[in-house]
Amino acid sequence: MTKASTPASDQTTSKTGQASEHAERLTNLESSYSGTISREEGLALFRDMTLGRRFEDKCAEMYYRGKMFGFVHLYNGQEAVSSGVIGAMKLKHDWFCSTYRDHVHALSAGVPAREVMSELFGKETGCSKGRGGSMHLFSKEHHLLGGYAFIGEGIPVALGAAFTSRYKKDALGDINSDAVTAAFFGDGTCNNGQFFECLNMAQLWKLPIIFVVENNKWAIGMAHDRATSDPEIWRKAKAFGMKGEEVDGMDVLAVRAATERALKRARAGEGPTLLECLTYRFRGHSLADPDELRSEKEKEFWANRDPLLSLERHLNEKGLVSSDELRSIEKEIDSEVLDAVEFALAAEEPSPSDLTKYIWAD
Amino acid sequence: MEGTLLFNALREAIDEEMAKDPHVCVIGEDVGQYGGSYKVTKDLYEKYGELRVLDTPIAENSFTGMAVGAAMTGLRPIVEGMNMGFLLLAFNQISNNMGMLRYTSGGNFKIPAVVRGPGGVGRQLGAEHSQRLEAYFHAVPGIKIVACSTPTNAKGLMKAAIRDDNPVLFFEHVLLYNLSEKLPEDDYICALDQADLVKEGKDITILTYSRMRHHCLKAVQQLQEQDIDAELIDLISLKPFDMETIARSIRKTHRVIIVEECMKTGGIGAELIALITEQCFDDLDSRPVRLSSQDIPTPYNGKLENLTIIQPHQIVEMANQIVNEGK
Ligand SMILES: Cc1ncc(C[n+]2csc(CCOP(=O)(O)OP(=O)(O)O)c2C)c(N)n1
Ligand SMILES: [Mg+2]
Repeated sequence: MTKASTPASDQTTSKTGQASEHAERLTNLESSYSGTISREEGLALFRDMTLGRRFEDKCAEMYYRGKMFGFVHLYNGQEAVSSGVIGAMKLKHDWFCSTYRDHVHALSAGVPAREVMSELFGKETGCSKGRGGSMHLFSKEHHLLGGYAFIGEGIPVALGAAFTSRYKKDALGDINSDAVTAAFFGDGTCNNGQFFECLNMAQLWKLPIIFVVENNKWAIGMAHDRATSDPEIWRKAKAFGMKGEEVDGMDVLAVRAATERALKRARAGEGPTLLECLTYRFRGHSLADPDELRSEKEKEFWANRDPLLSLERHLNEKGLVSSDELRSIEKEIDSEVLDAVEFALAAEEPSPSDLTKYIWAD
Repeated sequence: MEGTLLFNALREAIDEEMAKDPHVCVIGEDVGQYGGSYKVTKDLYEKYGELRVLDTPIAENSFTGMAVGAAMTGLRPIVEGMNMGFLLLAFNQISNNMGMLRYTSGGNFKIPAVVRGPGGVGRQLGAEHSQRLEAYFHAVPGIKIVACSTPTNAKGLMKAAIRDDNPVLFFEHVLLYNLSEKLPEDDYICALDQADLVKEGKDITILTYSRMRHHCLKAVQQLQEQDIDAELIDLISLKPFDMETIARSIRKTHRVIIVEECMKTGGIGAELIALITEQCFDDLDSRPVRLSSQDIPTPYNGKLENLTIIQPHQIVEMANQIVNEGK
């Protein structure tokens, strides 16, 4: 995939004086993708990423129109990670674990847009029956272990799912047990103990898990290099004897290829991978964030690497699809999102008599 | 017939459930090769292998969270807190994920996990190793809390906890592990939500749990000699309380004392006395009282430590006072 030519020099980034390391790293990164994809694969990725983007744009609109409440964290800009990782995995077989920025992971995992939108509207038809909200999307059917709203707390849960895979194979003798778990989390989360503790255990027990770091440079207002002693997160794998890899998180094909390598290792019983995806969020931390710290120049650098535009360019260059086809996919997606909104608006709220339902399993 | 020590009763329960259901596994520090800090999992490692009896690094929050994920995906893990106090480090996973996740997920996932281990005030173990976390965890929604107190109920409750589809916090007491008792021969379980009517009486109800059951038994015998016929109830279930058994007793005796080892402020008794006041007010002939530990870090010095927790003579004195006040 060709790279955008915008220079990475971004020395003046901010009031807070953070270095330009993040952008430079991306620029210096040799694209790890060299393979070919089929037309079908290309279209599937484009669909998935477009759904992620358009769904989130619609969320912003609905939030400002007072249809959804609370903290809403949008994923714009990071679509290549969700689509690249989950797109390489087996739906309803492998497991996915997310954070509060979970809408798009849920969509990539196959949770219908209607169910996700309903959840954001607090409706009974939501994937968490309106009890969870934006930061707590769950779907057992689609192997979504959940959105976790506290930093780092999803990582041990993901580790547990990976433990179950190994347990089924080695303690229960199920030779077909080869499910891999992908745990998604941010750069800021990599300074939390649960990250290190779980890297240790995953490698120690060779668990089938991929730790997917979505390094978007910021943890709310804390620039990555102000929060960590070594900003190159993938290198931390080495301290645990683990395979670590850094990848262009704006390049869905590169992310997908790296995931395929990690999956192969995991399914072969060779253990976990720490995959650091260099990416960027195009919106504020949440819809309540005034986004005052990030420089225009920085935003522009990353906007030029919009993962959707890059994929489109690639598909065009390879002659796999025409722009017209992609525009009509966008139209389809727009009506899918609109349908989700209409469905969610019309759906019932949970019954007051069910207030305490779901506390206990019977 | 020989008796079974309480820690072995727990071990039998875990062993039998592991033999019956291959999804049951043990996770924790030194549970495997070492056999557990109080030998509750002794030799299970040899019998079931290192995956089913998993020795973990010292990472309480993460291995507790791992148990949550394992439970969500089909296993039935038993997490050992080497000392229940250490689970302060796992508070986040126990509260947010074990306790709340089933609800927040709209019933998508269930979490059949047991978190067990030694707690309570031992013999001069110092403040940090003498904690009573049942009170700290009491407000967490979605978890059941039980405390065992005899070899018989330890085994029956442990089996019930393992079979339950909800997360159960299971409190053992460091000073009770060597209690001995002849266990029933059959494959029995004890209901997780039922209090144990230890001794019937008509003059006053004494509610207690865990090690204080044995202090209360001593007190009840002394009260008998003073012609006070006390009814003793071991709560067993600290969440939810078995209010039916409790209310029935108070309707009979009209007087109640709660004896607990946790601290008074925000303790188990605090919640219980509030419920009794709400639900049994008209049946009471005298003020309900709590006998609790002092609101201090447990001191190391043995004499001071004894002063920190309730002693049998204090129970006798208070029972006398309450019975006589009502006359
Ligand atoms: C335990 C905990 N502490 C603080 C927060 C508040 N918080 C929410 S998101 C966030 C930043 C996380 O940044 P990062 O891991 O980089 O993920 P990103 O939001 O960039 O996707 C913080 C501090 C929280 N949710 N949980
Ligand atoms: Mg971030």
